[in-house]
Amino acid sequence: MTMTSDELGERAEHELERQKTFRERLHCCTAAGCQSCGGDAVRASLKQQVKASGVEAQVEIVGTGCMGLCSKGPLVKRESDEALFLEVKPDDAQALIEASASPSLEARRVDPKTHPFFAGQLRIVLANAGTVDPERVESYLAAGGYSALAHALTTMKPGEVVAEVTKAGLRGRGGAGYPTGVKWQLVAKQLNETKYVVCNADEGDPGAFMDRSVLEGDPHRVLEGMAIAGYAVGANHGYIYVRGEYALAISRLQLAIKQAEKEGILGARVLDTSFRFQVELRIGAGAFVCGEETALLNSIEGKRGEPRPRPPYPPEKGLWEKPTLINNVETFANIAPIITRGSEWFSNIGTEKSKGTKVFAVAGKTMHSGLVEVPMGTPVRQIVTQMAGGIAGGGKVKAIQTGGPSGGCVPEHLLDVPVDYESLVAVGSMMGSGGLIVMDETTSMVEIARYFMEFCMDESCGKCVPCRAGTVQMHTLLQKFCDAEATEADLDLLKKLADLLRATSLCGLGQSAPNPVMTALRYFPHEFAACMKPTAKGASS
Amino acid sequence: MSVKTLTIDGKMMTGVEGDTVFTVAFHNQVQIPRLCHLGGIPDVGACRMCLVEVEGRSKLSASCMTTIEEGMVVRTDTETLREYRKLLMELLLAEGNHVCSVCVSNGNCELQALAAYLGVDHVRVPYRHPRREVDLSHERFGLDHNRCIACTRCVRTCDEVEGAHVWDMAGRGEKLHLVADLGEPWGDSENCTKCGKCVQVCPTGALFTKGSAVGEMEKDRSFLKYIVYGRERHQWVKKP
Ligand SMILES: Cc1cc2nc3c(=O)[nH]c(=O)nc-3n(C[C@H](O)[C@H](O)[C@H](O)COP(=O)(O)O)c2cc1C
Ligand code: SF4
Ligand code: SF4
Ligand code: SF4
Ligand code: FES
Ligand code: FES
Repeated sequence: MTMTSDELGERAEHELERQKTFRERLHCCTAAGCQSCGGDAVRASLKQQVKASGVEAQVEIVGTGCMGLCSKGPLVKRESDEALFLEVKPDDAQALIEASASPSLEARRVDPKTHPFFAGQLRIVLANAGTVDPERVESYLAAGGYSALAHALTTMKPGEVVAEVTKAGLRGRGGAGYPTGVKWQLVAKQLNETKYVVCNADEGDPGAFMDRSVLEGDPHRVLEGMAIAGYAVGANHGYIYVRGEYALAISRLQLAIKQAEKEGILGARVLDTSFRFQVELRIGAGAFVCGEETALLNSIEGKRGEPRPRPPYPPEKGLWEKPTLINNVETFANIAPIITRGSEWFSNIGTEKSKGTKVFAVAGKTMHSGLVEVPMGTPVRQIVTQMAGGIAGGGKVKAIQTGGPSGGCVPEHLLDVPVDYESLVAVGSMMGSGGLIVMDETTSMVEIARYFMEFCMDESCGKCVPCRAGTVQMHTLLQKFCDAEATEADLDLLKKLADLLRATSLCGLGQSAPNPVMTALRYFPHEFAACMKPTAKGASS
Repeated sequence: MSVKTLTIDGKMMTGVEGDTVFTVAFHNQVQIPRLCHLGGIPDVGACRMCLVEVEGRSKLSASCMTTIEEGMVVRTDTETLREYRKLLMELLLAEGNHVCSVCVSNGNCELQALAAYLGVDHVRVPYRHPRREVDLSHERFGLDHNRCIACTRCVRTCDEVEGAHVWDMAGRGEKLHLVADLGEPWGDSENCTKCGKCVQVCPTGALFTKGSAVGEMEKDRSFLKYIVYGRERHQWVKKP
């Protein structure tokens, strides 16, 4: 069965009509965060209650993606008035379905339009998370899904799609912020018959789960972005490289691919055009370095997951030596909205050089933790103090860390730094993929530096000498600081090694491994000084 | 194939399109330090010894993997590079167990020679003293993991030149190590043809011929030239 773009619209209409027949639709978060705190039981209980009350035709229970406020899960959203209920228990089912008064439930109701966690957010990437059922393609269609693909295929030339993405000013969300349109152009201009599109869903930063949420909550969005990319650059084959730990994301993707193939959205004739596009999943084995694009390509090819020297870059020689476009999950998730609403709309959001929004996974000692999507340019302070509610229990923020093991810390006095690629680099950190860890006054920055170095040491693939042997030595030195055994010579050696790794490592893992240490040293030198042997202390600065 | 002209350490040199900076420098008597590179087998850019500065590039480039470009200006021996190489060497020496006085390759070891050339007279980082095995299961050769620097020359030679693909790297980070076949003792390898090519290309005393006494293990790589030239008609010439 192949659906044409006209039928796409009809199917969407049909689903919308179906949805309107219900008096109420209750959206249950079924993403991993809420699942882990009893979300499945809540959903089962709601379904049972619907049956018990005999209101199957009036109330629909919809499983959705992450709504953001994961620390207060399981979450349920009432569609009629968009009220959000926190920490829902299976016992709440009756009150929710019959809309009967329950003081306990009322106390856990918040209004997303005014609640500080949601105010100030702008949901583009996560627009569907919390409203669309990721397991039903109809639900995605009803939200306008695949209309961007249809639009691109029927009214735009591949070059126009590339131009639109370029004009939008979208930059890679995988960490480095390379202009997406420029990358697409590089692949598009290669003359090879065979090209590939690869989605990097390896998400290895500790604490980060932005990509997982998108895949779990809106898998079709990623497929749509990839298909548009395939059309734009001239590729007929896509791979999604997902880390093996993401079991739910994997099963949702598998289902989404199957549904899209069945509907003729993916396959030999995409939406009944001559464009052919297939997507396959590849499951990673959980090595952080496999998120590095060339290591990822090796891994897909069945080789050892270690980086290849660049150049040649993947757009020239990627998967099996063919031109390959690699983008991050969130990057692909931005494509459909850009095509639908236009580059101008997109480029009006954000700052001069960083357009659109960025999703952050806020974790650490804050009152609320979860996912936030903010327009570029939002001050980090707003995310930390307003959205995440500051430190739980009223403590003081000491610093935040972005970019995980490749990033760095930003001390409290610099929290007004806006979220954009250049500003974060200027203060010594980086945008990274979106991990944002908040630390309070009790956190030892030396220990944080040691923790991230240990992570890099364990995750180094071992191919190149500076990273393999250097992270081990840097970790030993940092351990000495943690044990208050360090000397001035150790500090000097630590800095020398940091410089060596940055300058000589083969891939980004080793090159950026010193970042957390260097920013901690830059902003909290006294903490390192305090960790030196008493004899050496006086000499330090 | 077009000819390209570039400047290396202030001297004008020419090479053919596709040549690497390392090769062009080598043919012009500029010897850039290297460990993992070996003419005749594919490069991997692992040891980082051959890093050079290229004008206009913000990052250092591994000369063994950098193809020449017209007008390129390369510096192979700056103060910064010397410092980096020294520290890299110290990391390597501290990482394994290199006791030259009892090593079969003493006096004929590329690691030792390079350390001397770089002026490494002491090691600033603490020695790791890892516990590593010695595999003497092969009838003709031995593998002492203590002296292995994970350059993968043996892996590439056995795979690309001998075609046996006995060796591979297993583990990651500090635990990275060489394995024969699927992690068996070398002597049990059904793929090994006992040709000894891996032994000859190994830069250190990690791979050696059994029965060699201290300092007796001299390596001969001339076979590579003939095989590779004959097989691929590669423009690869060994200069004295
Ligand atoms: C050690 C290392 C780990 C990485 N891990 C990821 C990852 O988990 N996900 C990701 O999208 N990009 C990761 N990257 C960045 C990728 O190499 C690549 O730049 C990115 O996938 C490009 O997509 P983008 O242009 O859409 O950002 C990593 C890079 C390095 C050096
Ligand atoms: S920098 Fe680290 S992870 Fe990257 S290639 Fe070198 S050893 Fe492997
Ligand atoms: S002796 Fe020859 S076949 Fe055996 S491992 Fe060495 S190179 Fe390979
Ligand atoms: S055994 Fe020798 S050639 Fe093989 S990786 Fe180790 S040092 Fe290199
Ligand atoms: S996982 Fe349910 S709100 Fe994030
Ligand atoms: S010789 Fe070039 S990286 Fe080893």
